[in-house]
Amino acid sequence: MSTLEIKGLTADVAGKQILNGVDLTVSSGEVHAVMGPNGAGKSTLSGVLAGHPSFTVTGGTATLDGVDLLAMPAWERAKAGLFLAMQYPVEVPGVRLEEMLVESAVAAGRDPAAVAGTIAAEAANIGFEARFLDRPLNVDLSGGEKKRNETVQLATVRPRIAILDEIDSGLDIDALRDVSRRIEQLTEEGLGVLAITHYRRLFSELVPDVVHVLVAGRIERSGGPEIVEELEASGYGAEG
Amino acid sequence: MTSTFSPDAAAALPGPQWLVDRRRAAAERFAGAELPSAEEEVWRYSRIGDLSLDRYRPSTADDADGADHGRADMLLELTAGASAVVWTVAGQITRVDLADGSKVQISTGDDLTADGPLGSVLGDTTDALGALHDAFAAPIVVEVPAGADAGQVVVVHTSGPEGVASFPRLVVELGQASSASVVEVHHGPDGVQSLALPVTELRVGRDATLRHRTLQLLGDGAWQIGRLASTVDQGGTLHAGTAAFGGDYARTRIDTTLAGRGAHGEITAAYFGDGSQLLDFRTFQDHVAPDTTSNLLFKGALGEKGASVYTGLIKIRPTARGTQAFQTNRNIKLSDDAWAESVPNLEIENNEVQCSHASTVGPVDAEQLFYLESRGVPTGRAERLIVRGFFDEVLDGLALGSLEDVVRASLEAKLERTMP
Repeated sequence: MSTLEIKGLTADVAGKQILNGVDLTVSSGEVHAVMGPNGAGKSTLSGVLAGHPSFTVTGGTATLDGVDLLAMPAWERAKAGLFLAMQYPVEVPGVRLEEMLVESAVAAGRDPAAVAGTIAAEAANIGFEARFLDRPLNVDLSGGEKKRNETVQLATVRPRIAILDEIDSGLDIDALRDVSRRIEQLTEEGLGVLAITHYRRLFSELVPDVVHVLVAGRIERSGGPEIVEELEASGYGAEG
Repeated sequence: MTSTFSPDAAAALPGPQWLVDRRRAAAERFAGAELPSAEEEVWRYSRIGDLSLDRYRPSTADDADGADHGRADMLLELTAGASAVVWTVAGQITRVDLADGSKVQISTGDDLTADGPLGSVLGDTTDALGALHDAFAAPIVVEVPAGADAGQVVVVHTSGPEGVASFPRLVVELGQASSASVVEVHHGPDGVQSLALPVTELRVGRDATLRHRTLQLLGDGAWQIGRLASTVDQGGTLHAGTAAFGGDYARTRIDTTLAGRGAHGEITAAYFGDGSQLLDFRTFQDHVAPDTTSNLLFKGALGEKGASVYTGLIKIRPTARGTQAFQTNRNIKLSDDAWAESVPNLEIENNEVQCSHASTVGPVDAEQLFYLESRGVPTGRAERLIVRGFFDEVLDGLALGSLEDVVRASLEAKLERTMP
């Protein structure tokens, strides 16, 4: 059983405070949705947790199984069991998926020899074409292929907690189904998920246990999946 | 100027009379010329002001006698399957090996003829270092007959001993519709202060295809001030690739003239400087004829206090309508003390052309680094993957063939040293 515990988290971007005290707890097997309007701080929250260098934490804590995530460089957070599936996966010319995940496995003490096989199996699992596996990371991939690629990595690295930053954006219906179904399976095996999104469509396969509404850098409201329906009907404005 | 580089010393070198006369004339031009200075645009940012010729003497045949080329394994790999191999030590030709059935013709020493291609690209040099080179060089002339596929020619230049100046000269001429691949290796041991002024002239005949690659693995005390000058005739193609890793100060000026309609040039380089090295490149893409194309891509990494200079000019003559010319230089700085200067330029005298230039100098991309780190790759390992990947594009472009292993190993050694 793993727990990501966020308490009173505040953070700046370029001197401007974006997160104003976020409290959130995600445990193994749970799916937490974070929804909110543009500018609410959704991507800042994911970036801060994963350790992106452009954010400055100004207060609060974030721990994974009691370990202080905020004190660690990004790669150690990943080693500790946190994964960030990015909204815009970065193109890295000349670096292949397998060599990256082999380095990751070595650093985490997982068997590097198993990486290639796992990647191939996971790619087949979600319809990520084998020919893309040898391409440089995210180079010449469509939006949907990039998200499939993120999902292959998630399933290969096997984190304890995964942050999905708008993993549904840029996905067609088929890709959305393949990606969300695979992540739902992983939650059944114990993965905890923090899914950040604008839209409900991600949640047809990946059913949230708790939905949080993030407005102006703070969780305004939390509740069950019915909140998704309400938001769909009334929008975020009603929360303000 | 220094007496050891006198006209008498130049004229005393062996060779046919016309070459002796040519050397003496060049030495006299040198004696009357000023060394260049960093005030001149093409020498800006260079270390030319630190060049002290007093510290060197011209090489002699004795410097090459019984000399060991070293790096036996590497050279064996590079020369395997070559149709011809030429060996020089301190610029002195020690051996010419022609494979059975080789289609190339190689001339040196007394076999050289006054009406051969020597000087046909560069002419009679008037600048001091060009004249100095012409005064003391022992030229190697490689000719490929029309229509022939000459395979691979390898020229191994082992640098001179302490205090010796060497002047390697290679001239390659490809006849109509012929093809060849030429590899030049410049190398030498660390800890030796030597000077090399290599000059290579390439003449690519009509519809001919030449692939020329330079592998620069000089020792850490070596200075190199080199030139690679090419002219490509109608329908011809030149691929000129450089991988430069060695030397204390290593400069190459690369002139590529697209002289005939439809001529094409691919000019690429990968370089990696560390320690206190300065790797210095000056390029000129000179489009004379219509419908010519050139594509230049230089990529470098600088670690520790390593430095690089890239300045380049695309020149489009009024006669060169329909030309396409591109120039890209990208540099990664791996430390705060590393330094890279990058100055691309365009000079366009015809409107019906397509040209672009781009240049970047910066650290490892922060977003790329974060992406790899967020998958659990430790920072140092992630940077190495990114730098290795950065070079992939240009190494693929070099189409290294038999050089691939050596170049990749050199790159790894640099990474190991600068990003442990």
